[in-house]
Amino acid sequence: MSENSAMPDRGSSSELTRRRMLQGAGVALTAAVGTAVIGFTGPNGQSAVAADPGAGDGFDEVYQGRRIQGRPLAAGHGSDHSGHHGGGYQVLVDGQELHVMRNADGTWISVVNHYQTHATPRSLARAAVLDLQGAELLPLT
Amino acid sequence: MAVRKNQATLTAKEKRDFVDAVLELKRLGRYDSFVSTHNTFIVSDTDNGERTGHRSPSFLPWHRRFLLQFEQELQSINPAVNLPYWDWTADRTANSSLWGADFLGGTGRSSDGQVTTGPFAFSSGKWALTVRPDSRSYLRRNLGGAVAALPTKAEADSVLAMATYDAAPWNSSSDGFRNNLEGWRGVNLHNRVHVWIGGHMATGMSPNDPAFWLHHCFIDKLWAEWQSRHPGQGYLPTGNTPDVVDLNDTMKPWNNVTPADLLDHTKFYTYDTGF
Repeated sequence: MSENSAMPDRGSSSELTRRRMLQGAGVALTAAVGTAVIGFTGPNGQSAVAADPGAGDGFDEVYQGRRIQGRPLAAGHGSDHSGHHGGGYQVLVDGQELHVMRNADGTWISVVNHYQTHATPRSLARAAVLDLQGAELLPLT
Repeated sequence: MAVRKNQATLTAKEKRDFVDAVLELKRLGRYDSFVSTHNTFIVSDTDNGERTGHRSPSFLPWHRRFLLQFEQELQSINPAVNLPYWDWTADRTANSSLWGADFLGGTGRSSDGQVTTGPFAFSSGKWALTVRPDSRSYLRRNLGGAVAALPTKAEADSVLAMATYDAAPWNSSSDGFRNNLEGWRGVNLHNRVHVWIGGHMATGMSPNDPAFWLHHCFIDKLWAEWQSRHPGQGYLPTGNTPDVVDLNDTMKPWNNVTPADLLDHTKFYTYDTGF
């Protein structure tokens, strides 16, 4: 797995962690901080390992020609009913929001991979890029 | 009494009647609301918040009611149509008659995943997706592309053997029959089949693929089978559970039906055989 190979600026992580501690939305997220790994058997029988996104915080990269970004949301955006259910985390593909959700075991799913868990938001975003084959995400209706 | 049959036993006319009724609902603009309802629920059903259609005990009664509504819509087109089910423990390959051009059509082409055979191919002019995750309006599949094998009968039997319907915390991390059937835990039955079909079936807008109905009809049948194997067990939880539909709570979006109302499927239909 290369999920955490591109480490972001570590200088911001303590600030992000502190902010996340203040979020009501961050229950699952904060519970996972420091626990590192939770074993999970994915749909294909392979072991998907839930890594704490706090260890990587945000990401911003070009994957297969698409810009994918992930970032913790500011407090107040995680637990309301505005359409964000990602445990206070947002993923974008070429600037369009990929609806994501965090499972109780710390793994992640998205609207385009809703029945198969991924270990990290970055892995989930890359899977969406492969599924999209160049298509543009549409806002949820 | 309506009988829901194994799709492998349908006559050519029964297949045609089912397909024609689905296409007619689509033409009349009455299909896509099922897609949007499903997606609205699946993206808002969360492990730590309100959850009704998925990752919760009401996964089974919610989908039973959802399928009944769709079946009634089909019957408004043709009263002879009942939902068929797909026993994926028996019909396990992309060469199954289920995927024939006279029924659901086959897998997507390699270049873009587009289904190009059967009545739901985009080129038929009758199956353009309006409620969709991205800019592509054609139905996509990738049979067997993302996961090697469909669940086996032994795996299904192992889940049917679980005596307890569901357990706290009543979400995707629960032990018990419901969550192992749904597939967030254990051998993974329901979720794996969505992933095996791939394309739109892997998304929150999965009812865009009519295979959704045949898959969920079998899930519904497995629930009935579990009930027959565990007559002393029942739906849980039974009361005062935050964010979760208890036995006698009404379910959204209907707000007039409870899990208790739906436990006995024989009030509405029967299945042709046991599992």
